[in-house]
Amino acid sequence: MTGRFLFRLFWSALTLLGTALLTFLLVNVVPGDVARVIAGPKASPQVLEEIRQRYHLHEPLWKRAGYHFRQLAAGDLGHSFVTDQPVAEAIRARLPTTAALTVTAVVMWMLLAVPLGVSTAKYRGSWFDRSTLVLATLSLSLPAFWLARLLQYWLAYKLGWFPVAGFLGFAHLLLPAATLALLYVGYYARLIHAHMIEVLDSPYIRSARAQGTPERVVLFKHGLRNALIPVVTILGMDVAGLLGGVMFTENVFALPGIGTLAVQSVFNLDVPVIMGTVLFSAFLVVAANLVVDLLYRWIDPRLR
Amino acid sequence: MNLLEIQNLKVHFPVPRGLFGRAREFVRAVDGVSLTIAPGETVGLVGESGCGKTTLGRAVIKLIEPTAGRIIFEGEDIARLKGAELRARRRRFQMIFQDPYGSLDPRLTVGDIIGEALDIHRLTPQPGARRQRIEALLKDVGLDWSQAERYPHEFSGGQRQRIGIARALAVEPRLIVCDEPVSALDVSVQAQIINLLQDLQHEHGIAYLFVAHDLAVVEHISRRILVMYLGRIVEAGPAKTVCRSPQHPYTQALLSAVPVVDPDSKRKRILLKGDVPSPIHPPAGCPFHPRCPVAEPRCQTETPPLRETQPGRWTACHLVKAENELRAETHRRDSLSP
Repeated sequence: MTGRFLFRLFWSALTLLGTALLTFLLVNVVPGDVARVIAGPKASPQVLEEIRQRYHLHEPLWKRAGYHFRQLAAGDLGHSFVTDQPVAEAIRARLPTTAALTVTAVVMWMLLAVPLGVSTAKYRGSWFDRSTLVLATLSLSLPAFWLARLLQYWLAYKLGWFPVAGFLGFAHLLLPAATLALLYVGYYARLIHAHMIEVLDSPYIRSARAQGTPERVVLFKHGLRNALIPVVTILGMDVAGLLGGVMFTENVFALPGIGTLAVQSVFNLDVPVIMGTVLFSAFLVVAANLVVDLLYRWIDPRLR
Repeated sequence: MNLLEIQNLKVHFPVPRGLFGRAREFVRAVDGVSLTIAPGETVGLVGESGCGKTTLGRAVIKLIEPTAGRIIFEGEDIARLKGAELRARRRRFQMIFQDPYGSLDPRLTVGDIIGEALDIHRLTPQPGARRQRIEALLKDVGLDWSQAERYPHEFSGGQRQRIGIARALAVEPRLIVCDEPVSALDVSVQAQIINLLQDLQHEHGIAYLFVAHDLAVVEHISRRILVMYLGRIVEAGPAKTVCRSPQHPYTQALLSAVPVVDPDSKRKRILLKGDVPSPIHPPAGCPFHPRCPVAEPRCQTETPPLRETQPGRWTACHLVKAENELRAETHRRDSLSP
């Protein structure tokens, strides 16, 4: 058990290292004069030269990689070219917004997806099940930027039910979270549906019914609890993905989260922030993997 | 009074066609079965796979909704009962399942699996009594309290079947439907489980409907045997008599397939031609006629009824003469002879 965990930890570290190397290379082979970006179009040659010196832009790629990794090893993600704010601090400042958005969205879509998945599995093949399948496919295939704009225009701008943009309080999270929930609910409803069907066909469900167990207990205690085991993996990954930055939705609703930070940094060619946000989301995914792995042992006695 | 009396029970499953198609055809899994079980009696139900014996077993305890017929349990027709009324009756009849691996919820401990049955029917409201009862049940099936905190996957197949039996026993049922309870187990373990079932029957006076395809096992445990073919009972009678002198050609073929521990046995093996016909389109006349080695022309058109051929013995075959018919024939021959 401990050995397996250490092995997983080692691989996680290796994955992160690979991601760091890859982002460094990708960002540094992109054409564009970083010094000009930092200093602006009217900067004098002296200023440009000074910047090139400061960020080692003259030196070969492998040497720059060396500086970069030495810095990373010390836990320093560098400073933003644009604001000079430490990247780690920028991420830390924006994480609560993204986290609040993620949690609200997850709660919203799970509150919808669980009853939908359970009832469509219970009444499989009914018109209700079939129409849910159509709606779920729709939810799966909606583009995020389009849905976000649509909801913003109608529900916030035209009808005035929600704040249009910005982040002043919980009300500002409702529409962005609803956007995300609408995008994810179809997938989760079908995922839970599929696992519920598998579980409901298993002999222990039949034996629970034979025993005289009320249908509610059969569905939720014996059915859902077993069907949710595989869902936990996907949910873990999705939560990690969202925490790493909700690009479109945060931008449309102008939420100061990690997604807006990442998109801004790309527009500004703010290399340290780009690398920082990418590395941060990679870290979240790797961490989620580890957490799910440990969680599995706890929720599934067969793996203990 | 009979504990259970089944009258003309039918279970027909609709065959769905296409995505939106209406079912126009039906699988006649159980097609007009009648049987009785006395308190404390074991009745064996045998037949090939696909003959409807498992469906019948499940329909008897209403795990499958019967299409027609009556299920009179302790004097009350439960065939149309639903919901809470039916759940309350479930205390009186339980089931032991074929698959000891799949029929226990993998996330519950053994103690909780057995305890759940007690909780549902509110048999032991006091926590102390609940624990004592679980301990006693585990002991009844040859396990002990120290194993109550473990999960099903930590047990062997035979032990899991013991847990399944303890769970069924927890609510003190009068009837247990055993659906191939030993066919997934090793032969040595099979004997242990069969003995356990017999011991528990002596102790608690439970009746069993024992569904199996293994005639040797069924003969050993049952007082009476029912032989099923294509959703109907083709022969019924005391276990020993049916196994030693089978009347129906199908029973004869089934028995000839049971291996005998005797190298000098000159017993003739009756090989059946073809497969069991589709229960969607069962053959006209006697359902067994396409495979029957002794079929006559009338077997293709007339369905033989299940008739009492000897006291306590019933056979559905045109060619099997009842005792009184035989006597009448002999008498006729005698009187004709000069």
